[in-house]
Amino acid sequence: MSPGYLTLITFLPLLGAIVTALMPKDNLRAIRLTAAGFAFVALVLSVIVWVQYDTNAAGLQFVEKVPWIPSLGITYFMGVDGLNLPMVVLTTLLTFLAILASWHITLRTKFYFALLLLLEMGIVGVFTSLDLLLFFLFWEVELIPMYLLIIIWGGPRREYAAIKFVLYTIAGSALMLAGILALYFFADANVSGRTFDLLELAKTNYALKYGPVFSSVVFFLLILGFLIKLPSFPFHTWLPDAHVEAPTAVSVILAGVLLKMGGYAIIRINASILPQALHDWAYVLAIMAVISVIYGACTSMVQNDLKKMVAYSSVSHMGYVLLGIAALTPASMNGAVLQMFTHGTITGMLFLLVGVIYDKTHTRLISEFGGLAARMPLYATLFVMGGLASLGLPGMSGFVAEFTVFVGSYLNPNMQLFTIIAAAGIVITAGYIMWMLQRVFFGPLVQKWQHIEDARGIEVVPLVVLVVIIIAVGVYPALVTNVIGGGVAPVMANFTKAGL
Amino acid sequence: MESFSIEYLGLIPLFPLLAFVIIALVTRPLKRLSAYLSILAVFASLLVSAWALYSLVIAFLSHASGEALVKELTVTWFSVGGVALPAGLILDPLTAMMLIVVTIVSFLVQVYSQGYMHDDPGYSKYFAFISLFTTSMLILVMANNFLQLYIGWELVGLCSYLLIGFWYHKPEAAAAAKKAFLTTRLGDLGLLVGILIIYFTTHSFGFAEIEHEIKVGALSGGLLTVAMVCVFLGAVGKSAQFPLHVWLPDAMEGPTPVSALIHAATMVAAGVYLVARTFEMFAASPDQQALLVVAYVGGFTAIFAASMGLVMNDIKKVMAYSTISQLGYMMMGLGVGAYAAGVFHLFNHAFFKALLFLGSGSVIHAVHDQDMRNMGGLGGKLKITFVTMLFASLALAGIPPFSGFWSKDEILAGAFEKDTLLYIIGAVAAFFTAFYIFRAMFMTFTGKYRGAPAHDSHGSAGGHGHDSVHASASPEDELRAKVKEHASGHGEHGIHESPWVMTVPLILLAIPSLLSGLLGSPFMGMAFQSFIEKGAEVHEELNYTVMMSSIAIAVAGILLSSLVYYFKIIPANLISRPLPWLHAFVLNKYAMDDLYGWIVNSVVLGASRAALWFDQYVVDGIVNGVANLVGAAGGALRKVETGQIPNYGLAIFAGAVVISAVLIISGSTL
Amino acid sequence: MLSLNHFLLLGAVLFSIGLYGALSRRNAVAILMCIELMFNAVNITLVAFARFLAPAATASQSLAPVSTVGQVFTIFVITVAAAEAAVGLAIVLAIYRTRRTISVEDVDLMKW
Repeated sequence: MSPGYLTLITFLPLLGAIVTALMPKDNLRAIRLTAAGFAFVALVLSVIVWVQYDTNAAGLQFVEKVPWIPSLGITYFMGVDGLNLPMVVLTTLLTFLAILASWHITLRTKFYFALLLLLEMGIVGVFTSLDLLLFFLFWEVELIPMYLLIIIWGGPRREYAAIKFVLYTIAGSALMLAGILALYFFADANVSGRTFDLLELAKTNYALKYGPVFSSVVFFLLILGFLIKLPSFPFHTWLPDAHVEAPTAVSVILAGVLLKMGGYAIIRINASILPQALHDWAYVLAIMAVISVIYGACTSMVQNDLKKMVAYSSVSHMGYVLLGIAALTPASMNGAVLQMFTHGTITGMLFLLVGVIYDKTHTRLISEFGGLAARMPLYATLFVMGGLASLGLPGMSGFVAEFTVFVGSYLNPNMQLFTIIAAAGIVITAGYIMWMLQRVFFGPLVQKWQHIEDARGIEVVPLVVLVVIIIAVGVYPALVTNVIGGGVAPVMANFTKAGL
Repeated sequence: MESFSIEYLGLIPLFPLLAFVIIALVTRPLKRLSAYLSILAVFASLLVSAWALYSLVIAFLSHASGEALVKELTVTWFSVGGVALPAGLILDPLTAMMLIVVTIVSFLVQVYSQGYMHDDPGYSKYFAFISLFTTSMLILVMANNFLQLYIGWELVGLCSYLLIGFWYHKPEAAAAAKKAFLTTRLGDLGLLVGILIIYFTTHSFGFAEIEHEIKVGALSGGLLTVAMVCVFLGAVGKSAQFPLHVWLPDAMEGPTPVSALIHAATMVAAGVYLVARTFEMFAASPDQQALLVVAYVGGFTAIFAASMGLVMNDIKKVMAYSTISQLGYMMMGLGVGAYAAGVFHLFNHAFFKALLFLGSGSVIHAVHDQDMRNMGGLGGKLKITFVTMLFASLALAGIPPFSGFWSKDEILAGAFEKDTLLYIIGAVAAFFTAFYIFRAMFMTFTGKYRGAPAHDSHGSAGGHGHDSVHASASPEDELRAKVKEHASGHGEHGIHESPWVMTVPLILLAIPSLLSGLLGSPFMGMAFQSFIEKGAEVHEELNYTVMMSSIAIAVAGILLSSLVYYFKIIPANLISRPLPWLHAFVLNKYAMDDLYGWIVNSVVLGASRAALWFDQYVVDGIVNGVANLVGAAGGALRKVETGQIPNYGLAIFAGAVVISAVLIISGSTL
Repeated sequence: MLSLNHFLLLGAVLFSIGLYGALSRRNAVAILMCIELMFNAVNITLVAFARFLAPAATASQSLAPVSTVGQVFTIFVITVAAAEAAVGLAIVLAIYRTRRTISVEDVDLMKW
């Protein structure tokens, strides 16, 4: 059997990593081009999958299912639907752009690009695998390159940040493994024996069979790791540290796709397999979501470090994802997935922007800047566009996603108060973005940046690509929503079936 | 000229949008071409708008029924999870009127800008932004649903931000732009919540569907009032009503033509338009409570802003407070149920206030200063500016037959019937209005020139013909200074009329300032009002008491103003000398800016700092605490490792004993 | 007649003596010797079990053991004990060379 698209997309980066690692280490140009080439092919393949994905026939497509360890019911099971297809494309896209943004890396270049590709494999694997054990393996695999990328190429406090990131995630995944095993052992054993197959597991009504306490415990075992990844208040503090220390490209991937693994997994696993528990605990999640939104925005406001500001804004924006999931209406769930996609593009862009200025000035402190628009009109324009997208300006994708989340969440009568409070976040977001833009770009030019050069060439390419995507989705959201809808529908059907 | 198809309406915003894209991407280096492109685009929009209006007027004159005057087109923009998000167009008299106002003012302002901005390095960018603004505003007024309106609403806010901060290198401009965006966004939050409430209950975004749902009772009672007050909050922000009015005076940091277009004629009127567009919903609230809120907020704003207009010395600030006050008037008109009158005032105000701003711009262009204390006697030099501004001032003051009279009088008549208190507020505000606008006119155009002599201005740095205190307050002077250096003479002799690209728009705007009111006058059978009300017969009893008293009030205001500032019979400091604190308090904008500054700095930023502290020391403290706890536990437990082999041996033995004991007691066979 | 219990008792006594010595002596060589004693105690037990409990023994009514598993184990233990003694003594020797003592109380390199 020839490997399918998903296998190719997942493991092509691995091949790329190996090839890159075997190249002579002095030929930087060849290394970069090889890495970019592999990432680009993966991107092209994922776009092909996107284009070929039949939105009329909802459900899983491009399915590959091969027994792997039959005695334990472990299968090599991959497939895409509306939930993970946007995430796969986002991953391949941002990895490619991150490689472009890493063009100037000279410290152990070969190793760096190999790790980036390895990271891509891990993340794509998480999104595509539909077997819980496979999912778990990829979930853990992704940690290793991320850890190394932060600890080798990171900033001054990289060790603290990297260890914190890894320990925090591992703590979550330890509980997650317990949860996965609980699902595995307590599932209705079917004819073919026990299985880690997500779709099969979803057929067991754990709440009905073992009572709400059991399903709630399993629910929390699973979701804790996801909430850490998302990250939701109060599990978010690894994020600013990791972001500040990580190199630009790693921040892009970290914020752009790694966080989405959390939101995606909540929908794919918690919502699909334990709908009753999610329904019962929706209040708790919604409260966490609202706190994340407001609290993340407030903490962004008083940051002096640009990267920290963007990092905390991610906490705030991912709060909308959690709110959309907790509200449990079809529209809010769609909004949550859409918000994940748009946040990936927007925050990726913001991190790239911060990286550009950091490379030029070696500082990220807002108080150091001022009046840069005079010297860097193109860069300022792009930054303003990124900022506007982040604060949810109509015509850009952020608005569509946030508005969908708001409308969808408000449709759940229990969530109306939370929705209104969360909506207040858009004012605070506008506050810190506008205040930051004013301090960095407007006013008189600070003397020491008199000779700073505008962004150009390879710095601009990824930014323009992202702007085009942001505006395209903002103007014609059906590009993405059509795909997402088919993935959300079965999840919501689960809730209807369970009478929730 | 067959019947106008609704699809053509889509063309109207398309032209300026194309202009924006082309200027931004292609013609940016070519200044002239960018400007012509932008002007041509808006002219094309103007023609299509005129056609649209014409088709409606024809239908109106042939006494078509109300439905024939409304055309709608709705498509689904996209849908998610069972929620269809619509995009749609509406063409009814209200929209047609707004379209024509927006395109005419935008067109004239752009023509004028060619002269005003001619030496600006951001010339192309300026026209790109104006085109984008025009697009957004047109999208706003032709929306047939809340969603699209909200989109346009936010986009005009963006353009306002970009244009207020056009001279971004000035810290005041950047701060004002941010302030404008954030203040209006606070209001937008209200609008958003209102939309959410309405959608939740009616499952629709479309205005017509919502009105229908409200009629059948899907949304009623207190919730309807709450929803409409939330919607009104958006209008409060956009139309700079109390208490969110603080951004508009600061917005004068932008170029003056921008102030004329965005902050006088069109965008700030969007709030009024919103209330007018959803008037039925407001009126449906129990006991018309929502309308009452509109009326009182509007009335209070009218008098509150007018009182600040009395003391301002910056000519643009006077106009800004005047705009706030007049918008309050419109709101009050809508609030008391004088729907057509409120819209009529919007229509008239757009022209005469744009004219006042453009005239002020012409004055500023001539003297490179905005402080009226440094002006005077300009009437002889700037004849066209003076005469056209006089027209607009008479319209604003409410002297018949100038346009403002007819609409303002009708609003007052509406208030008189509804609520005496509102009428008194309106009347006092009208008196203030007449006073401050003629104060401005007298200070600017009559008497002797008070500006610093020209030759001194070149001597000291930062002078440029006005004292340094005001140099920082006037955004235009730096750029204007360049022009000035080229001018041959300075001071009083260097002042000359603006070029024709600037004066022709003034003249063209003076015409509607004089005549547009007649459309809604009893002489024409209140045609405008009847048209706006979709052909309903409007036969209001003319309230001669109100009419006469409002003329008397206007004349009294002008007379008093002339006694103080022209004949100088009454000293200007008659009130401010015995009551300096009052003058200072009003001049300080009733300390509203201080209050908001305190709220932002102390409350919002304070809370944010507290949150950050909490994050670093409590949330992260717990995380690190857990890590430290594990570390400490390890530290304590490692003491067990004595390094004494016998100890280990004993432990092994003890363990073996325990395990054996357990196995034996439990009877396990292993 | 000697029963299984006698052998087991002997093994237990020997083991206890060895254990006591291993835990209480400070001389590393003495500890090694005590460990040998414990090994031998186990050996006795193993052989005794093999002799008395092996299934073949009861089946054939003969004293000759059919199953030699216990004896094989014993030989295995003896071999391991020899190896252990060799390694152990080598370590003791190495410690003595560097630290001039073989008292286990003074050798606490593994202390936290």
